[in-house]
Amino acid sequence: MLLELSGVTKHFGGIAAVKDIGFRVAEGSIVALIGPNGAGKTTLFNIITGTLPPEKGLIVIKGRDIVGLKPFEIASAGITRTFQNLQLFSNMTVLENVMAGAHLRSKKGFLRSFFTFPGNCREERKIREESLTLLEDIGLVETAGLFASELPFGKQRLLEIARALASHPALVLLDEPAAGLNPAETEILTGYLKELKTKGTAMILIEHDMQTVMEAADRIVVLNFGQMIAEGTPAEIQANTEVIKAYLGEDEKIA
Amino acid sequence: MKLKNYRGFIILLLLLIIPLVAESNYLYSTLVIIGLYAIIVQGLGILMGYAGQVSFGHAAFFGLGGYTAAIISTRFHWPTLLALLASAILPGIIAGLIGRQTLKLRELYLALATLSFGILVHIFFNEGGELTGGPSGMSGIPNLSIGSFEFDSDQKFYLLVWLILLMLLIGIYNLVHSRTGRALCSIRESEYAAENAGIDCARLKLQAFVFSALLAGLAGGLYAFYVSFISPSPFSFHTSVQFVLMAVIGGLGTFWGPVIGAVVVVALNELLREIVPLLIPGAGGEYQIIIYGVILVGLMIFQPKGLSGMGQYFRIPLKKQLKADVKIRG
Amino acid sequence: MEEQLLQLLFTGLTLGSIYSIIALTLVTTFNVTGILNLAQGEFVVIGALLAVSLQGTGMPMIAVFIVSVILVAILGGLLERLTIYRARGASNLSMLIITIGLSISLRGLALLIWGTETYSLPAFSKGGSMVLGGAALNPQSIWIFALVGVTLTGLYGFFGHTFWGKAVKASVYNQTGARLQGINLNTISFLAFVAAGGLGAAAGVSIGPITMVTYDMGFMLGVKGFVAAAIGGLSNVGGAVIGGILLGILESFSSGLISSGLKDAISMIILLGVLLFRPEGIIGAIRERKI
Repeated sequence: MLLELSGVTKHFGGIAAVKDIGFRVAEGSIVALIGPNGAGKTTLFNIITGTLPPEKGLIVIKGRDIVGLKPFEIASAGITRTFQNLQLFSNMTVLENVMAGAHLRSKKGFLRSFFTFPGNCREERKIREESLTLLEDIGLVETAGLFASELPFGKQRLLEIARALASHPALVLLDEPAAGLNPAETEILTGYLKELKTKGTAMILIEHDMQTVMEAADRIVVLNFGQMIAEGTPAEIQANTEVIKAYLGEDEKIA
Repeated sequence: MKLKNYRGFIILLLLLIIPLVAESNYLYSTLVIIGLYAIIVQGLGILMGYAGQVSFGHAAFFGLGGYTAAIISTRFHWPTLLALLASAILPGIIAGLIGRQTLKLRELYLALATLSFGILVHIFFNEGGELTGGPSGMSGIPNLSIGSFEFDSDQKFYLLVWLILLMLLIGIYNLVHSRTGRALCSIRESEYAAENAGIDCARLKLQAFVFSALLAGLAGGLYAFYVSFISPSPFSFHTSVQFVLMAVIGGLGTFWGPVIGAVVVVALNELLREIVPLLIPGAGGEYQIIIYGVILVGLMIFQPKGLSGMGQYFRIPLKKQLKADVKIRG
Repeated sequence: MEEQLLQLLFTGLTLGSIYSIIALTLVTTFNVTGILNLAQGEFVVIGALLAVSLQGTGMPMIAVFIVSVILVAILGGLLERLTIYRARGASNLSMLIITIGLSISLRGLALLIWGTETYSLPAFSKGGSMVLGGAALNPQSIWIFALVGVTLTGLYGFFGHTFWGKAVKASVYNQTGARLQGINLNTISFLAFVAAGGLGAAAGVSIGPITMVTYDMGFMLGVKGFVAAAIGGLSNVGGAVIGGILLGILESFSSGLISSGLKDAISMIILLGVLLFRPEGIIGAIRERKI
């Protein structure tokens, strides 16, 4: 098992933002996290990536407990993320954004950066090549020299995904990756995520578009008011009456 | 470094030959001061322009370097070269000690904290009794010497300072175009995202802070040996503001910005001193101060990104090169 | 010994009241505009120096007070229109640098007009010091306490009971909402600087009789105001007053009992200590502003 959560709990001012959450993510699988706005999905992302400390619970990646680690340590343990409200490095180029995302792929420290040792150059070339390839795969290579702030919104979202993948994480947390994308971009994205999955990268996906969720996810976790109300395969979730009640109201059916 | 990127360095080298031909001591001494300021502002530029952390206290590190060199060489009679080394290391250590906690603060709070640190150190220079010589300072600092070679003329000092600056510029050029430079920029842009990309922001900010303090200290040590006399007055809050001004005028986050800023501000000071009395007969230093402030305000309103503009100069070659890269890859 | 301590307490309370007024103007400007105004101390000095010149014309002290308050209030508003207003939307750091530039220019202006001499003003009311418990209390101190009281009441009254006051308070929490209700944030920023100028001048004229006034004392006064405001959490009006008084008493005792040269060092250590080791309140305030 790649990631295991159990009993994860966090309160904000007496109200449980997430309560007793526990599920697993297998290597190379896609878990979708769904639920109404305010259900605690993004809070859970913040907890997993170390931005918010949980009050209780275990978060174990590859057998290692990561509760209490700083976000950068969790990133080097193999978990990166994207943000629902974009957090791009706006005054850096598209390529530099991805190369900064590949920070963990090279080692050169502050002092060594003052010199141009052959090793440094090789490392730099490697990162540059990898980043250009990544941009090519996600359809942004033509814009590599633009500032990130110069991209249209949809492409900014794609860039953020590319940046999250640049460090070759074992697990990526994607917070509404398709929000604001046009149909063509959504297609590139879903195709890309599928390919990524075959390469063995696991994903947790927050997504509102049910069709995408049902197609892409191996398992689905449903949150409501910070509680986990269901967990299972897409087929199981579609048949779960409690989910239908909580999520869509009594009379409707999911997708 | 690719050949075409040497352009700026070649222009600089050519410019540096001119004073050697002109052989004016006024020019030499002005250029020594510009060079020292440029060394400090290069460090401050890494901290402010790249890592995005403001400091209104760098005159303190400048002064600590100066006093370290003065005290060690006159009281303890260490070799001057060792004293110079210590003048860089001690401020670096102090920055390391105060940095971790201080750099947790953001923006205005960091500005206030560094400002109060600067004032505190300035008070220490004034009230330090026998150690610092109080308000009247210390004199009789020996010439800097390496072996039997003494830096006893303006010309020699000019060459020394600009040689150091040049080596520093090459190092910083490499730094800002490296993995570390990118990581620093990403802290400035979004600390949150940088941290989630695996960048240890606290550590990197501290390194940039210590680095900038080392450089300010080194410049302070050189300054002490150059003028052979040291007192608290050049290390007040106003000097810190002047350093920030140089960094901002030159353009934050640009490679040549700090050098340009140091040249412009020193030249402006000299120019105002010459010109103002011509335009307004009988005018004293006060007009100079007023105009200095007005220029500072005007710049922030009309050209907040500084003279070199936000990175334009160095972005263009990068874009061109990318097009070439993309073409090759088909 | 006891008399000496009481004397130091009186001095500290007086000094602290001045810091409180400066801190109040800083906090108000910060809350309303998000700007830390490093030129605040210069308003104080210009107010005092203007009063010196006006008093030289033979004007009664009450008129001197009112005229210099009005003139510096106008100066504050004028500078806001000329600089802050034009730079609106710039980063916090840019705004800070602008106020530093203003403070440099104003200090140059003061040097130009009044030179490097030291001045002082006559007391507001005639008569010698009162003796309380063996220590002397300068009647000017009473005026200064009164000024703090009036300022504080005025601020509470304005923010609590007037349309504009409530509007300003609302705009701090929700700028878009404020705009929707027709509240003009630019006007609010303008008013904040008018008030900062006027109150600064009031503080300046009030300390004229008990300290020497020189063109270059503004910067340190402004910084002391920041220390006082930081003790109170930077955005808290009541906290600023308490912070100012605490700082004044601490400074008075430390310079009376230890060494006067270290007086300024103590306030810097307090400021650093508060910023570094009580970040909860302070960082909380910053988050609030960003929303």
